[in-house]
Amino acid sequence: MAIRGRAHKVGDHIDTDLIIAGRYLVTTDPVKLGEHLFEDLDPGLRQRIRPGDVLVAGENFGQGSSREHAPLALVGAGVAAVVAASYARIFYRNAFNNGLLLLECPEASRAVQDGDELEIDPQTGEIRDLTRGELYRAKPIPPFMQELTQLGGIIPYVRRRLGREAS
Amino acid sequence: MGMTITEKILASHADLAKVEPGDLVECRVDMLFANDITAPLAIQQFERIGVDRVFDPDRVAFVLDHYSPSKDIASAEQCRITREFVRKHGLPHFYDVGRAGIAHVLLAEEGFVAPGELFVGADSHTCNHGALGAFATGVGSSDLAAAMATGRLWFRVPPTLRFVFRGTLPRWVTGKDLVLRIIGDIGVDGARYAAMEFAGPVLQQLSMDERFSITNMAVEAGAKNGIMEPDEAVLEWIRPRARRPFQPVYSDPDASYAAVHEYDVTDMQPVVSAPSSPANVVPVTEVTGVRVDQCFIGTCTNGRIEDLRQAARVLAGRRVHPDVRLLVIPATPRIYRQALEEGLIQVFLDAGAAVSTPTCGPCIGGHMGVLADGEVCVSTSSRNFIGRMGHRGSRVYLSNAAVAAAAAVAGKLVHPDEVVREPARV
Repeated sequence: MAIRGRAHKVGDHIDTDLIIAGRYLVTTDPVKLGEHLFEDLDPGLRQRIRPGDVLVAGENFGQGSSREHAPLALVGAGVAAVVAASYARIFYRNAFNNGLLLLECPEASRAVQDGDELEIDPQTGEIRDLTRGELYRAKPIPPFMQELTQLGGIIPYVRRRLGREAS
Repeated sequence: MGMTITEKILASHADLAKVEPGDLVECRVDMLFANDITAPLAIQQFERIGVDRVFDPDRVAFVLDHYSPSKDIASAEQCRITREFVRKHGLPHFYDVGRAGIAHVLLAEEGFVAPGELFVGADSHTCNHGALGAFATGVGSSDLAAAMATGRLWFRVPPTLRFVFRGTLPRWVTGKDLVLRIIGDIGVDGARYAAMEFAGPVLQQLSMDERFSITNMAVEAGAKNGIMEPDEAVLEWIRPRARRPFQPVYSDPDASYAAVHEYDVTDMQPVVSAPSSPANVVPVTEVTGVRVDQCFIGTCTNGRIEDLRQAARVLAGRRVHPDVRLLVIPATPRIYRQALEEGLIQVFLDAGAAVSTPTCGPCIGGHMGVLADGEVCVSTSSRNFIGRMGHRGSRVYLSNAAVAAAAAVAGKLVHPDEVVREPARV
């Protein structure tokens, strides 16, 4: 199913402390975490994000702490997908394990402007900027990550594997 | 073509003769752990998997270190979830208040990680343990839950960047300065998805404590792991501690590296990471005079006995500046006790420092020293991101322990030579 929402742009090297500050890591509830999303980066940003919107980031998005609360906060705030030039590795794994769609596309990361209307096809990785009439293609998701995504992350993947081994 | 130490450990744990960068492998995990922030989520995910028990209770550790002793009711609940899980599953390696230290320092000193082993932790600074010649990497709570259920986890084999240190270390220049210098050079994503292998004769001039400070911060350059080949000092350090037989592993002479960076340390100076990126590295002399409100000596990066000794050399017979708060947090109960026996705690108390039971607290702006708007802190921790240690308007300079102690005495950033003129390295 296609994702359609407004773009919210953030910069390079956005760390997981900026996504969700350490002081809020006393819950695992995505909605509660989502209330404080990006609080130290831009206190008004959370209020501008509507369910289904898309975050557009620069290089190395999600650097720093391994807190899985970061992708959970994005999910809890209703962010449907992230488009970035590149991702930090622990965040990348954590996002896939929590069903948050990540697309790697340096061109879109540069060209899309804050507030643009985007349409994303998760299957093909096509990113349409409806405001500007541009089309971008994200780098293909590695086959193993596609499998993880289709199953819903590492937990269903392990469940399936253990079930298969048991039967 | 040979393999690097990282490739060899991944290959042996995947029961493969050979791996190459880019390969996807599923590896056996020798040991894993979570802390009080990451454990509740890992426990939730583990219970979703639906298995009755962890793959091997002897290879699972839980350490309450971040918001422990609990800072409020919510963090107390997080600790309670972890305690209940530990009791339910009869897990023997659980570290609670009083016996807990900062996990990376504690688990190393308790001998849970040995050369050639593969270690994962739901904490990004798990790369710390690479100083022992182990492959150690941080993962999220879901990945940890998967490993806790199955004893296995998937990895993409990283390319390796090699960093070689030559020359003679000047006084006040520590392992922390070396790793900050590298991060300053290559940037916070300079080793993204890669292994950082540290080598060269200078490593032999460094204590184990200083070596851990280097591998600890590999993640700050985006690395998957930081690692050093285990020399005789490592083997001597680990032999009395190791809980299992182990097999040291070394890089082949013809191993392939994505890049090799050479450093001569002879003319280096102590450095700091200025706000608000670990890669914003300058010699401390370039920021001399910046006024500080708080100095913090502690954390998994620099809360070890050698760091406390360096700080005490600066603080002995001196007083903390009236406008500065100095926090000293030994990383583990054993380090705390040793500092007490060596008279270091006396030095800190005489100087007017606050000394606390082990906790990560201030490093994540959690408790025990949160910064107000506009305040400046010199910290021996590893991250100075916006808002990391408190208000988003606070600013953090990362440094070694001697620089932090000197700033506490002077009330401003200074070269330690300006405070004390005896050699730090004897």
